[in-house]
Amino acid sequence: MTSLNLLALVSIGYVSILFMVAFWADRQALRGRGARFMGSPLIYTLSLSIYCTAWTFYGAVGYAARSGMEYVTIYLGPTLVMIGWWWGLRKLVRVGRSQRISSIADLLSARYGKSNVLAIGVTLLAVVGVTPYIALQLQSITLSVATFAAADPARGYNESGTVFWIATGLACFAILFGTRNLNANERHHGVVMAVALEAVVKLVALVAVGIFVVWGLAGGVSQTLARIDASPIGAWQVEGGRWTAITFLSAAAFVCLPRMFQVMVVENEDERHLRIAAWAFPTYLLLISIFVIPIAALGLELMPQGSNPDLFVLTLPLSQGQNGLAMLSFLGGFSSATSMVIVAAMSLSTMVSNHIVMPVWLRSTDAFGGASVSGDVRSVVLFARRFSIAAIMGLGYAYYQISGGGAALAAIGLISFSGISQILPALVGGLFWRGATRAGALAGLFVGFGLWGYTLLLPEVAGGVFSAETLRAGPFGLSWLRPQALFGIEGLDPIVHCVLWSMTLNVVVFCVVSVLSFPSPMERLQGAQFVHVFDHSAGPGGWTGSVAQSEDLMIMSQRILGPEDAQAFFQAAVDRQGGQGPLPEPTPAFLEQLERELSASIGAAAAHAMIGQIVSGAAVSVEDLLAVADESAQLLEYSSRLEAQSLELSTTARKLRETNQKLTRLSEQKDAFLSQVSHELRTPMTSVRAFSEILRDEQGLSLAEQHKYASIIHDEALRLTRLLNDLLDLSVLESGEVTLNVSRRQLSDVLDHAVASALAGAEGALRVHRDHRAEAVELETDVDRLSQVFINLIANAQKYCVAPDPELRIDVTFGKQVVHIDLYDNGEGVPVDFQEVIFEKFSRVTPERAGGAGLGLAICREIMRRLGGDISYLPGQNGAAFRVTLPFHTKIEEIL
Amino acid sequence: MAGRVVLIEDEANIAEAIRFLLSREGWQVDVHADGSDALAVIEAAAPDLVILDLMLPGKSGMEIIREIREMDALAHLPVLMLTARGQVKDREMAERAGVTRFMTKPFSNAEVLTAVRDLNAQALQSARVRDAG
Repeated sequence: MTSLNLLALVSIGYVSILFMVAFWADRQALRGRGARFMGSPLIYTLSLSIYCTAWTFYGAVGYAARSGMEYVTIYLGPTLVMIGWWWGLRKLVRVGRSQRISSIADLLSARYGKSNVLAIGVTLLAVVGVTPYIALQLQSITLSVATFAAADPARGYNESGTVFWIATGLACFAILFGTRNLNANERHHGVVMAVALEAVVKLVALVAVGIFVVWGLAGGVSQTLARIDASPIGAWQVEGGRWTAITFLSAAAFVCLPRMFQVMVVENEDERHLRIAAWAFPTYLLLISIFVIPIAALGLELMPQGSNPDLFVLTLPLSQGQNGLAMLSFLGGFSSATSMVIVAAMSLSTMVSNHIVMPVWLRSTDAFGGASVSGDVRSVVLFARRFSIAAIMGLGYAYYQISGGGAALAAIGLISFSGISQILPALVGGLFWRGATRAGALAGLFVGFGLWGYTLLLPEVAGGVFSAETLRAGPFGLSWLRPQALFGIEGLDPIVHCVLWSMTLNVVVFCVVSVLSFPSPMERLQGAQFVHVFDHSAGPGGWTGSVAQSEDLMIMSQRILGPEDAQAFFQAAVDRQGGQGPLPEPTPAFLEQLERELSASIGAAAAHAMIGQIVSGAAVSVEDLLAVADESAQLLEYSSRLEAQSLELSTTARKLRETNQKLTRLSEQKDAFLSQVSHELRTPMTSVRAFSEILRDEQGLSLAEQHKYASIIHDEALRLTRLLNDLLDLSVLESGEVTLNVSRRQLSDVLDHAVASALAGAEGALRVHRDHRAEAVELETDVDRLSQVFINLIANAQKYCVAPDPELRIDVTFGKQVVHIDLYDNGEGVPVDFQEVIFEKFSRVTPERAGGAGLGLAICREIMRRLGGDISYLPGQNGAAFRVTLPFHTKIEEIL
Repeated sequence: MAGRVVLIEDEANIAEAIRFLLSREGWQVDVHADGSDALAVIEAAAPDLVILDLMLPGKSGMEIIREIREMDALAHLPVLMLTARGQVKDREMAERAGVTRFMTKPFSNAEVLTAVRDLNAQALQSARVRDAG
């Protein structure tokens, strides 16, 4: 007889070994050692065996004892998935790794546009579905301990106390090894190692019991087969509906269960492990299930009536006095239960903390204005995980206490399976159908989960919710709403009924709502990422392409680079590759070159996205798009700069228009000037011609007449010469090509010379009054030009001053850096109408008396401006008054 | 059949040349240099022909010819316009304003004489036609 003490000792010893293994594995992983062993496909395959829980270990035998071969379906589902759908699993693993997925809730949330509502839904669903399952594991341990306790009645066995301590211990283990790291990429090596060890223990235990039964009890294989035939198991018939339903459920659960997702996707080291697991895991299942029927048959035959077939694995060796074997068997069951509970708690806690606790915490800290420093968040996340593990274990414990552990283990397992399976449509749809939307997933999940609760969970587990009357006649007397015969479909097994309705409607609602609803951009992106995960994540950092894509690349490149450049670029690539024809092989090297080439034109992000579009089939990552958006922002900025430039352009255009108008005006002025010049030339020419003809043709002219007419010709010839001189002078001054001859001279000297020149040979006496003291100032200027101005002004006074006693007064005053020379005469002055135009070309006030062409003052103004000064008419004086303003020093560079 | 000519010309030398030429042909030439009272001079003189410079101080020849044509008494007076601005648009404008003949400076003396003779002959002929009508 095995004492409870020994049992406790062995259990504690075994748990200690698990702790040590986990601790050792974590340490090794931390130091980067043992990776080859720990990251091997063997460990991966063994870790997958957490599919086989205490339900499998104990329950399969019980299942077989009750329902014959049907238990095989539990193994058939995962086997079919592993062998027939390993490519789907590979996609799942690839998505999980490329998107850094931490749980199945995270996966669905990520796929459907990072929807937290969906994540919360899946999390709740998982908690509801898995909690009974955890309770089931606790129950199995309790039952197995109780079996030993029954054999050792001397010890007082406290059932609930045992369960409590087991739950606490498991929670501690999960917390210790499951919440060391936060990053989903840093895997839980310790837990996985412990789980792998437990997988070995439970397999060894079950096989050992099986061998004992077949060869120890039955006496060989043939004897065993005979006994099986004789047992009621041999008479069980296959129920097609249940078989199909349960095979489907177990397959779905294998993919959807949070703990399976944890070991299969999150803890996966290398997706190539799946290839080995694809046959290794079915082999494991085969080994662990092969002795189920013999044990069940022998148990039914040898054990007393009424003994629990779920415990045959334990009770059979015990009854045969095989205490050691029984102890091993107990450890096998214990392993099954603990590994499942630990991983389930771990995976659920990740979901609960990430999708429920953290959002709530973040929102509440936001509400209080708390800053979420990364250090803070880290500790909060860790706390949330640990708290969640404890809470989930607490839930499992509470469920166990409340339910009292009455229902058959297998039944709880199947109910849990069918609940979790509701995730499947959204999961598979999300992986393979880009049209799947968040709304569709939510609706499908809601409908499927609701129907599961209504048709299976509530009637089967929470028996008190529906009265017998409700079950029989439907709620409110509505018979078509009977929980186990919806819409009048009767006579189905409850499981089949539930799977049929819930899965069918789940899929239909999922599809219909997906088609009808419109996905958000984020959903579309993520959908593309998931569905095209192999195209997109192929090859780290590089591109891979096929020949068919070269043409598309060419078309795109032509649009961006222009036909010639694109063709030249592609041809160069062909030459480099040593190939023929216009299109190069789309090697990663070529694609990178092309990307660089395109980057120059359209920016790096857009180039990457466009090549990705073609090479990876429209799989554009959010990062790509964000980068494109950044570039677009830069483009926007650029375009606003362009706008500013275009504003500048329009300003320039306006200026040009103004310049053009000015030029047009100048051109008109030039035409007018030419017309004036023509007039001024033609007038003296007319006289010259007329009188020369008279002198030539007329006979009998008196000598006086001849002299007079010759003088006229002479005068007019001089006039023409003066005109031409003035025109040339003005032209030189206006064109700015005049060379100034700057020298120093007293102002008085300049005026002396000017007065003398202007009055030389002039009839009439213009008296000039000067202020010699003020004139004693030295100027630095072009003396000849200045003198020319004074001569012109004095000559004008001499010519136009009509006073009987003509006088000219020259005043000199000083301004800032300048000297003003004012010339006043006592004549009539310039009429007001003319004062503004006297400096214009050909503006003569009194033409009949002018000897000049009307260019004198215009020339004066040009000269004064060249000298850095000015000339102006001083209105309001008695006679004509001009002011000549001149700087003391004429600076040549200022003038030019 | 020489008659009376009023010459409105501000260039004294040109006026002297024309006066000399026409006097030799037997014309009585009244020279006037200012544009502003040219019309009054013409009215007072009642000439057979007017020679009018375009660019004049006081009032331009263009204005003067318009004023001449507005007056019934002078409506048929032959007017020879002289100008040193030989632009086409000046000629068109002058002819529209009612100038009988337009002549660009510098001209030959023969041209002036021919023009004066022609204009005078035409004027006499049309006067006869008018009288007969």
